[in-house]
Amino acid sequence: MKEQTKFRRFLKKLYKYRVYLLMLAPAVIYTLVFAYYPMTGVVMAFKKYNYQGGIWGSPWNGIENFKFFFKSGQAALVIRNTVLYNILFIVVGTATQIAVAVFLTEIRNKRFRKVSQSMMFLPYFISWVIVGVMAFNIFSSDYGFINRILVSMGFEKFAFYKEPAAWPFILLFFNIWKGVVYGSVMYMAAIMGVDTSIYEAAAIDGANVFQRIFKVTIPSIMPTVIILFLMSIGGIFKGNFDMFYNLVGSNGLLYNATDVIDTLAFRALISSNDFGMSAAIGLFQSVLCFITVLLANKLVSLYDKDYTLF
Amino acid sequence: MAEKNHLGKVKAGKDVIFLNIIAYGFCSIIALLCLIPFIMILSGSFSSESAIIANGFSILPQDFSLEAYKTVFKEPITIVRAYATTIILTAVGTVVGLLIQTMTAYVLARKDFEWRNGFSFFFYFTTLFSGGLVPTFILYTRTLGLKDSYLALLLPLTFSVYNLLVMKSYITSIPDSLIDAAKIDGCGEVGTLFKVVMPLIKPALATVGLFIALAYWNDWYNAMLYINSEEKYPLQYFLYQQVNNIEAYKKLIANATVSSSVVSALSLPTQTLKMALTIVVTGPIILAFPFVQKYFVQGITIGAVKG
Repeated sequence: MKEQTKFRRFLKKLYKYRVYLLMLAPAVIYTLVFAYYPMTGVVMAFKKYNYQGGIWGSPWNGIENFKFFFKSGQAALVIRNTVLYNILFIVVGTATQIAVAVFLTEIRNKRFRKVSQSMMFLPYFISWVIVGVMAFNIFSSDYGFINRILVSMGFEKFAFYKEPAAWPFILLFFNIWKGVVYGSVMYMAAIMGVDTSIYEAAAIDGANVFQRIFKVTIPSIMPTVIILFLMSIGGIFKGNFDMFYNLVGSNGLLYNATDVIDTLAFRALISSNDFGMSAAIGLFQSVLCFITVLLANKLVSLYDKDYTLF
Repeated sequence: MAEKNHLGKVKAGKDVIFLNIIAYGFCSIIALLCLIPFIMILSGSFSSESAIIANGFSILPQDFSLEAYKTVFKEPITIVRAYATTIILTAVGTVVGLLIQTMTAYVLARKDFEWRNGFSFFFYFTTLFSGGLVPTFILYTRTLGLKDSYLALLLPLTFSVYNLLVMKSYITSIPDSLIDAAKIDGCGEVGTLFKVVMPLIKPALATVGLFIALAYWNDWYNAMLYINSEEKYPLQYFLYQQVNNIEAYKKLIANATVSSSVVSALSLPTQTLKMALTIVVTGPIILAFPFVQKYFVQGITIGAVKG
């Protein structure tokens, strides 16, 4: 009897919300098809995939795919590269973005602020394909700008595209280059949100500009910094495929220094057609990401309850 | 020292001068580093091939030449086709995406909708866990049979939870009284959305629309995964293909040339051709961006507030 009234109440609400539900329908269907349905496809990580069988008809093979991934020696390498690159990008990137934000807000010349910010916006608008072309202009052995300068100064050419040791720096440069405006705009928004009366008080107390920056501005934006930092930590197992693929491509000489989880999973699928192993790498990564995001969110909530995402 | 920023006035002591030197210096260096790679491509495209082969790329053009652009425009059909593909995809994708995102955000922002938290989590969860590359690839190629179809370029970018959150935070800021008033006046939900909410969130529509448009414009990844036919390549993947197989592109140009003079692929420029092609592909977006920059600033700022 009680069940029935519950069900009837549900139907009533269904009717009451019919327009809302209709408006939600496209997004809900989209999400079910393109996000939730592929989640069931993770079973492929435990299968020996064949074309006839597809996802559901292919035979199971336990954890063979994972074994293969870990025994090949590539697992340790790509996990290490992914994590180290992300730490490097987060630390140096955040520092650069904060520096730009703090300096730009200190600059009083409005035109300079505008023009320099517009210039920093340029990299944000282009695709990584074009960044790949630029990297070639700067670093190629035969025509690269840097080698042109090295030669004109009487030095030997440096073969960047054969030298893995150079790539952490090149990748770091382009990562910061493309993201500097995004981060600095966010931090500038945080600085603009600081109560101006604090600055006035600091001025009355005789603080010089550096004291003002280090004692007022930076402490005031620390909550934003910490929250954005923790959120990026949540993505520490995600490699930026766009960047690595366009800058390094299929240059096997550099893989030791540049291969990340995403590029390996991509090659396993497209180049070797090893669906099972690629799916295993993907599932392994998804689970790691899931755990780190939850951990990061937990840390955010410990830091400040208002900023938790769920 | 006349100009004021939000930090208020500070006496111009030694520390201010010192800070100004650091601040102007640092920001100038970063801004120039952002600009120089663009200048290098532009200069390369206006240089002669022989100068580039002899000296390499530089910041200023060497031995000014229009040869590379002449070569690009010997065979403009493929570029025009790639442009058309990208423009149509961007236009359709942005309109459809904006419509879906606005409708969804509107409903999720309605306080009289008791199930809004449940649905919000339904969407949000997909950013926490994903099936990954292989299941998505099989979904598009086998389950939906979209290999080599324009839909495989359109669908992956129509809806994103990030854009949904940005849109929702704009709509939430509309006072409820306005929406209630519209309903009392006899507007249905759909009428309220289109006649009351939409005009109020024009900046949001511009911001989110531009985010979606930029994603479509710069997409090459989905084309690489799903598109086989060259004539269906969108702009960025077209550029990727030609720059990485420049010899094949030169042959294509040589074969397409109908003039009486025999054009051999060998006589065509290579490095400068890559640069000219990159400029032809990038130019419009770079020229358009100063007009839309402020909307991106708004969107990024909202993103910072919402996380």
